[in-house]
Amino acid sequence: MTLAARAPAALADEHLQQALGRITDRYRLVRARARETPDTDDRKHRAGALRREILADLDGWIDRVTSSLERVGAVVHRCATAADAAETVVAIARAEGSRLAVKSKSMATEEIHLNAALEAIGVEVIEGDLGEYIVQIAGERPSHIITPAIHKTLGQVADLFSPLAGHTLPVEREALCAFARDHLRTKFLNADLGITGANFVAADTGTIVLVTNEGNGRMATTVPRVQVSVVPIDKIVPRLADLGAILPLLTEHATNQSITAYLSMTTGPRRAGEIDGPEVLHVVLLDGHRRDLVGTPYEEMLACIRCGACLNACPVYAKVGGHAYDSVYPGPMGSVLTPLLSGGTEGRDLPFASSLCGACTEICPVGIPLADLLVRLRADLRTPGPVVPARVGRTPPGRAGPQAGPGPVSSPGTRPPAAGFPWPGADAALSRQPWYRSLGWSIWARVWSRPRLYRATLALGRLVTRRRSGWCRRLPGSGGWTATRDLPSLAQPGFRRLWTDREHRR
Amino acid sequence: MDLNDPAAVRPQVALFVTCTVDSVAPKVGTATVRLLEAAGVEVVVPAAQTCCGQPAANSGAPEAAAVLARHFVEVFEPYETIVSPSGSCVAMVRHWYPRLLSGSWRTRAEAVAERTHELTAYLVDVAGRADLGAVIDGGPLTVHDSCHGLRVLGLGHAARELLGAAGAKIVEMDDPEACCGFGGTFALKHTAVSTAMADAKLRDSAATGAACMVGGDAGCLVHLEGRQRRCGIGPAVRHIAEVLAEALP
Repeated sequence: MTLAARAPAALADEHLQQALGRITDRYRLVRARARETPDTDDRKHRAGALRREILADLDGWIDRVTSSLERVGAVVHRCATAADAAETVVAIARAEGSRLAVKSKSMATEEIHLNAALEAIGVEVIEGDLGEYIVQIAGERPSHIITPAIHKTLGQVADLFSPLAGHTLPVEREALCAFARDHLRTKFLNADLGITGANFVAADTGTIVLVTNEGNGRMATTVPRVQVSVVPIDKIVPRLADLGAILPLLTEHATNQSITAYLSMTTGPRRAGEIDGPEVLHVVLLDGHRRDLVGTPYEEMLACIRCGACLNACPVYAKVGGHAYDSVYPGPMGSVLTPLLSGGTEGRDLPFASSLCGACTEICPVGIPLADLLVRLRADLRTPGPVVPARVGRTPPGRAGPQAGPGPVSSPGTRPPAAGFPWPGADAALSRQPWYRSLGWSIWARVWSRPRLYRATLALGRLVTRRRSGWCRRLPGSGGWTATRDLPSLAQPGFRRLWTDREHRR
Repeated sequence: MDLNDPAAVRPQVALFVTCTVDSVAPKVGTATVRLLEAAGVEVVVPAAQTCCGQPAANSGAPEAAAVLARHFVEVFEPYETIVSPSGSCVAMVRHWYPRLLSGSWRTRAEAVAERTHELTAYLVDVAGRADLGAVIDGGPLTVHDSCHGLRVLGLGHAARELLGAAGAKIVEMDDPEACCGFGGTFALKHTAVSTAMADAKLRDSAATGAACMVGGDAGCLVHLEGRQRRCGIGPAVRHIAEVLAEALP
C-alpha cells in the first residue's frame, strides 16, 4: 500500500486534520524566526560544515568515538544492521537480568524495532517521553520525529489514559500530564534498564548528548543500574565544543525554542564517589546502511540533525500526517531516508509523494537539498533492489560494516553544505539503463525534442481534448486529474500559431 | 543599458514560451510579448523550441530530461537573453541543466542558464522596468508565490513590485508561499493530497476578498482553475503577464 492509497483516509480524519493544524502553525513560527535572525545563513553554513566534517572520514570518526567512549568506561558495540543492534540490546538485557526498561525519546530505537524485541524476552518497556508514551498506549508508532503524538487530540489522549487511571480523566492538558507524570515516575524509579538514543555523541570526549523537554533523558540516564544508548553513526560530532553551533539550530528548528528544558550529557558510567548514573553503560553504534551513503549524493542525509522542521514545512505531511508514510521516519527527510536505510525494501513510493515545492530544502538548518534528493531518488529507484547511486568525489568506505575495524585513515577536512549535487553523466546514462526503463519517457524525449513531432502531438492533443467549454470534465487516461479537476482543452490556435500570424501581419 | 534611450539599439530577447503556455494558455504568451515590448525589447520566438524537460526529470527519467535539455541549449544558445513566463521552467534550466548534463554540454548549459530569466525577474531586476506604464484599477489582487520561482530562483518580490507599480492593491493571503499542490506528475499520482492542497489555497485566496489571484506559473494556475471549476471557491485565477498586459496603455 502506498501513501497515495493511505491519503484519502487521512484527509477524511477530522481529528487528524484538526491536530495537524498545529504543525503548520509551528512551521510558520520557525520560518519567521529563521528569517528574522540576521545571521541565519552563516549559522546554517557553520552547522552544516560541522556535520559534514565527519563525512570526509566517517570510519576514522567511528574509531575515534569508539576509543573515547571506551576510555570513559563505556562498552561499545558496533552493529552493521538494525537487526544486529536489536539483538545486541536484547543480549545485554538478558545478561543483566533486566525486567523493566524505561526509555527516553529515541528514533534510533524505533528504527531497530527495539520495544518488540525486548518485549519478546519478557522485558517490560515503558516510553518515558509523554508523546511516545501516548503512542505506545495507543499501539501506534510515532507520527512525527519530534512530537510523536501530534496526530492525537487532547480528547483522544484522555480516552487512552482514562482506562489506565481507572476513572475518567478530564480533557485538560494539566490533568493528563499529571496522570502521566505520576504513572511514569513510578516506572522510572523502579526501572533496572535505561534506554536512550542520542542527539549527538562527541568524538573527543565520548559524551552522549540528549535534548529533551520533559526530563525523560535525565531520568533514563541517572536512575537505572544499566544504561544502553543506541547511537547511529551519523550522530557523531567531532568535538563537544561544536554543540555550541549546532544545538541552538536544533532546538530552534525543532520546537522554536532557544534551548530545551533539559540537556543531558552522559560521559561514561558512574564513577567512584558519584551519586547517580548507571553502573554499566553500553553504547550500540548503529550503521544501518548509513555507511553505504558515503560518497554518494545521498551522504547529505548523514548531516541531518533530526529536528523535524522539514516535516512541519511539508505541505504533504501537513495534509496526511506521519502515519500515511508507514515508515519510521516520515515527511521529506523520511521519504529520502526510508528507501536508503531499508536497503531499498521500504518506502519506494515515498520520494514521489512530494510536490517538490522545496519548503523542506529552505527550512533545513544544515542545508540538505531535500527536494533535489527526492528528485534524484525517483531516478535511482527505477532499478529494483537497494538504491545504488553513482558515487561522486571521494572514495567510499569499505563495504564490510563498522565491525571491520579501522577504515582508511585520512585527515578530516571540512565540507561546506552542498548546494544541490552533480548528477554525473545523466545525459549519458541512457545507455547504462536497461532499454525498457523509462521507456515511455525515452520515447517522449525523442518526440518532443523534434519540433515537428512536438507540434504533431499538440495537434493530436487538441483533437482529444476538444470541448465546447474549453475544459474537459472527463478525460480517460488523464491519470487522476479529472477525478477532482477540470482539464483545459489544448488551445486552438496555440501560441506558435498566434505568433506566426502576428509575424505575417507585420 | 538604458532601455529608454531611443538612440540605443533595442536589446533582443528570445522568448521561451514553455509547452504549457504554448498548449493551454497561449494568451499568457502573447501577454508576455506585449510586456517585453513595452519594456523596450525586441522579442524573437525561436521556432524550434519545445519543452524544458522537467516532467521527465521529476518523474525519475533524467536521461530523457537531458535529451530535452540539450535541445533547449541548442535552440537558445545563439541568443543573448532568454525570458520565460514560468518560474518552474526557468528553475529547470538554471538549477537542473548544469546538474543533468556533463562535459561540454554542461559548460554550454551553464552559459545558457545564466542568460535565462523568469519574466517578472527579467522586467524588474534585469531590465529595471518595474513600471511599464500599466494601470490596474480593478479590485484588490492577491499573489500566489509559485514554489520553484520563489525557492529556486528567489523571486517573490518581482511580481509584487510590478503589480504595485501598476497601482494594484495587493491583499496578502494567509500564507502566499504555501504550495498549491500542482507539482507536475504529483497532481496525477497523488490526486487526493494535491486536491486538498488546491482547496486550501483557494480558501485562503477567497478569505482575502481579492477579485483575482495572480500567479506566475501556468501549471499551478491550470490546476487551481481546474479545481475551482469543480468546487466554486476563490477569486479568478490569472497569470501575472495577462493581468499586467491588459493594464498596459
